[in-house]
Amino acid sequence: MSREGCGDGDRVIICRCEDVSRDEVIEAIEQGYDTIEELKRYLRIGMGTCQGRTCQRLVTQILREKTGRNIEEIGTTVTRPPANAVSLGALAAGGPTEEGGDEYATP
Amino acid sequence: MQLPEKAEVVIIGGGVNGAGLAYSLANRGLSDVVILEKNYLTCGATGRCGAGIRQQWSTEANTRMAIESVKMFEGLSEELGHDIGLRQGGYLIIGHSDADAAQFKKNVAMQKSLGLGVSYLDPSEINGIVPILDAEGMGATCATWCPTDGHADPFHTTFAYAKAAERLGARIYRRTTVTGIDAPDGAVSKVRTDRGDIKARWVVNAAGCNSAEIAAMAGIDIPIKPYPKEIFATERLKPLFKPMVISFHDGIYFSQQEHGQVVGGISDPEAKPQWRAMPSLRFLKRMASTLTRYVPDFRHLKVLRQWTGFYDVTPDAQPILGEDEDVSGFMQCNGFSGHGFMISPSVTKALSEYILDGRASTLDMKALSKKRFVGELDREASVVG
Ligand SMILES: Cc1cc2nc3c(=O)[nH]c(=O)nc-3n(C[C@H](O)[C@H](O)[C@H](O)COP(=O)(O)OP(=O)(O)OC[C@H]3O[C@@H](n4cnc5c(N)ncnc54)[C@H](O)[C@@H]3O)c2cc1C
Ligand code: FES
Repeated sequence: MSREGCGDGDRVIICRCEDVSRDEVIEAIEQGYDTIEELKRYLRIGMGTCQGRTCQRLVTQILREKTGRNIEEIGTTVTRPPANAVSLGALAAGGPTEEGGDEYATP
Repeated sequence: MQLPEKAEVVIIGGGVNGAGLAYSLANRGLSDVVILEKNYLTCGATGRCGAGIRQQWSTEANTRMAIESVKMFEGLSEELGHDIGLRQGGYLIIGHSDADAAQFKKNVAMQKSLGLGVSYLDPSEINGIVPILDAEGMGATCATWCPTDGHADPFHTTFAYAKAAERLGARIYRRTTVTGIDAPDGAVSKVRTDRGDIKARWVVNAAGCNSAEIAAMAGIDIPIKPYPKEIFATERLKPLFKPMVISFHDGIYFSQQEHGQVVGGISDPEAKPQWRAMPSLRFLKRMASTLTRYVPDFRHLKVLRQWTGFYDVTPDAQPILGEDEDVSGFMQCNGFSGHGFMISPSVTKALSEYILDGRASTLDMKALSKKRFVGELDREASVVG
């Protein structure tokens, strides 16, 4: 059992934001959702407030144990901008047509 | 996993339509079906979409297809043995002019004649449906409201179809890219992939915005262009409203999902067909300034993430469906132009009827053949995003 998971009775929580347990992750992998992108979509892992900063490493570790693939083969999910949560009010300031910074320099 | 040497039906694309069709066929006893998906299920438009389900359309054909689909969505979780996350919170469509009001009244009359429960609203009635909206800020002159519209979880809908199809004998190959199609003498015979070839009686082109490229492999030309569409999700809020709110005039749509986040998008009047997937600040600013006009309280709401998907757009914003006129055995299931999730139940049912019975009894697919692009077009007016 991973010492990083925080116990909740018998349930070891892997993704705190979306409340997903280690058993649920393992069951999904056994059902064939055996890549990080598929687990994200099946269980919503990594879609929470912290955007996977807490849970992605734990999921990767379980995938490695269960599938025997190494970290490079497992990969990471695509990081979605913005890097930090930003309010709609701040974004709306200046109106929609304000010049500058059309695209982020992120993937 | 080794690919089989042959299959009765080879479906290219593991989105909601490919998976739905595999299920429809297998459920009626045709289990020699294979799905080839270049990456993983839902990795195309399906996994990036709003998954809104709307029956309020301006043409009779689209309204019928959507009503039929909602009936099927309502029974799907039970039929497939897996929760597809259907939530019928309704769609509230905002109008902004006298012209909108006239069109909306016409739409509602037509929709009612087809048996849909839908109503025309004055601006003063809007807050009875969604209290947080600012009718004045939106510049609303009218609205229409259908409480049985809603949304489903696009991942779980697709996974549910796929699992049920597999239980019935269909086979799904992920990380398998189609690289060629043999169609000598005007009939499909073989699909080539990076993992081997499969002989096939039927080949279904359900490859989303890659469909033009797949058709070209069989020597077929279809007018589908990829349009990037951006969408965002905010932090979670306590439940505030259930309906999807949309406006064709402002090109905006947004709803609060089951998990509490607000998800929405807005169209860009300067959009061009292209493969650019880079998330833009331009989108966020457009979205933020329109959304805070609709719901001033959202000023404090924080954006968590944004992403891009592609619409597979045809010249009249209607799909291309049915057997190709030039290559027999080649089925088109593409060109959904931004509403291919909500009609997937009736689309895949009709295609399975065609393959199994030689004709589709539940849908007039002739009108949706690629041949229509040779003549005059009747464009669907109620397209958003
Ligand atoms: C931002 C956004 C919001 C949307 N909102 C809505 C909405 O609210 N309601 C609605 O009804 N619709 C909506 N849509 C549209 C909807 O997502 C699509 O119409 C629908 O998901 C299409 O499903 P599909 O199965 O036809 O195609 P896709 O889901 O695109 O699947 C096609 C699959 O084919 C695979 N593929 C491509 N080329 C190959 C190849 N060579 N070999 C093997 N596989 C291949 C791809 O990997 C992909 O998985 C939205 C779309 C976007 C982008
Ligand atoms: S712990 Fe999984 S998204 Fe935050």
